[in-house]
Amino acid sequence: MTENNIQTYKELEKSSNTKKLIYRWVLFIILGIFALYYITPLYVMIVTSFKTMEEIRQGNLFSLPGSLNLKSWDVAWNGQGFSAGDVYLKTYFWNSVKLVVPAVIISTILGAINGYALTKWRFKGDSYIFLLFLFGTFIPYQAILLPMSRTLGFMGISNSIYGLILVHVVYGLCFTTLFCRNYYISISDEIVKAARIDGAGFFKIFFKIMLPISAPILVVTIIWQFTMIWNDFLFGATFTFGAEAPIQVALNNMVLTSSSVKRYNVDMAAAIIAGFPTLIVYVLAGKYFIRGLTAGSVKG
Amino acid sequence: MYWLKRNLPRLVIAPSFGVIAWFVYGFIFWTIYISFTKSKLLPKYELWGIDQYFRLWSMPRWHVAVENLFIFTILFIILCVFIGIVLAILLDQKIRAEGFLRTIYLYPMALSFIVTGTAWRWILNPSLGIEKFAQDIGFETFTFDWLVTPGMSIYTIVIAGVWQSSGFIMAIFLAGLRSVDDEIIKAAKIDGAGIVSVYTKIILPMMRPVFMSAIVILVHLAIKSYDLVIALTAGGPGISSDMPAVFMTQMAFHRSEIGLASASAIMMFLTVSAIVVPYLYSELKREDDRK
Repeated sequence: MTENNIQTYKELEKSSNTKKLIYRWVLFIILGIFALYYITPLYVMIVTSFKTMEEIRQGNLFSLPGSLNLKSWDVAWNGQGFSAGDVYLKTYFWNSVKLVVPAVIISTILGAINGYALTKWRFKGDSYIFLLFLFGTFIPYQAILLPMSRTLGFMGISNSIYGLILVHVVYGLCFTTLFCRNYYISISDEIVKAARIDGAGFFKIFFKIMLPISAPILVVTIIWQFTMIWNDFLFGATFTFGAEAPIQVALNNMVLTSSSVKRYNVDMAAAIIAGFPTLIVYVLAGKYFIRGLTAGSVKG
Repeated sequence: MYWLKRNLPRLVIAPSFGVIAWFVYGFIFWTIYISFTKSKLLPKYELWGIDQYFRLWSMPRWHVAVENLFIFTILFIILCVFIGIVLAILLDQKIRAEGFLRTIYLYPMALSFIVTGTAWRWILNPSLGIEKFAQDIGFETFTFDWLVTPGMSIYTIVIAGVWQSSGFIMAIFLAGLRSVDDEIIKAAKIDGAGIVSVYTKIILPMMRPVFMSAIVILVHLAIKSYDLVIALTAGGPGISSDMPAVFMTQMAFHRSEIGLASASAIMMFLTVSAIVVPYLYSELKREDDRK
């Protein structure tokens, strides 16, 4: 190799390095701009919730509050203290907790058993049953709202948390069964076969063998169901009203109840409160959250 | 005893199967049936033919709703898929802060549409929101009043919807990109292909199934979109940002037109089915082929 060749090679390397550097920077700037787009609404919500209405009118969307004013958080959670037309979140937040806990537990347990039975104890017609569950995850709920509200009426549980638990278990079942089925199908049948030869039965295999290795999919399923039920508005708004309503319905009522003066600071504090539980779950267990989303999307 | 043992899996599935058969499929049939009757406030079981569907399609309000759904769905898909792919490809360049950025891009997905709508309703409100901010920093003639302008409010729903869901599309594309074999990319680079053509000519075409999934999910989300409309515009101003899901609920629970509401619900159901059934068919076929 001649002197000359080495020279040009070095120059080439140098220029490719600068090119790489510019390329990296452009990359970061674009990614940063998108990050701003996603984070700005949250920032606006947080700063607005700490401002007084005076500050909101004086300043602009992005200006910082003069002091950490907790008044609007108090009003959002506890109300203003007078009874007529006072809307606040406290009661409804606990309504949602009372709804979410049993609905998530029941639908997850049923989904796990269904998924196990559909994959490890194959029987004639099981794939058709699975298909019914699978398609059930896609139906627009408008097609079942009317009969559901009549059924809840017949059962005497309309406008109650119990009614909502039933609704969320029923329609969540399709998702939980799908998730668990897709997980169990990837687990080798050999383990189950060996256990069956050893004389273990359906439930023994489920509790002793399947359940201990199901933690990953159970976390995904629980997070998915929790998010879906906590964030539900359609069922809550259709089947409950007044003091029985879940949190999203209460938030919407609160924002829409325009007592002539808009209280944007209270609205924002309320919105953050209503979004807080799912946000926390997302921050703590984002990996599983994303896995649930993708598991729910790449079906079959 | 033997019979019980043999049929135990079936017996375990039976209650869930029964529940789904009744509450999902039975209810859909009930709604279909009611859509063929004259039912108003209460269901009437005497058949009336397909007149509700004629009524539905002769209503200007339904046309507004369908047109809005069309605008919303198209823009929602294009923007979400575009942003999703761009972000996924950029994040796939071995970025150091990937985990952090991904968390930021995806967090709106954890928020409900009601929370999303509430936040954007405040940001987009003409008197104190983004319009005032732009005016304050010097753009005194800047106006942004889509939220209260008939014909434009539907686009505010697009803005908020894309904000909420595009991170999710990024996540499925990123998962897709990660499953592409590195060897293919290396081989293409050795053959002299640039980074852009590696993506446009080789990787993206390989991700056709991911595109399919993303589009099916987005269409499905768009047709079901109800909460976001309610929280952001409540279908207004007037009925200008009405959508089929809002129309259905209005007719069913406020106008005592359950026959008509059922007909609109069935239209939604048929639209979703027309997209989902072929998709599921091809997905399940793919799975069978792999076996």
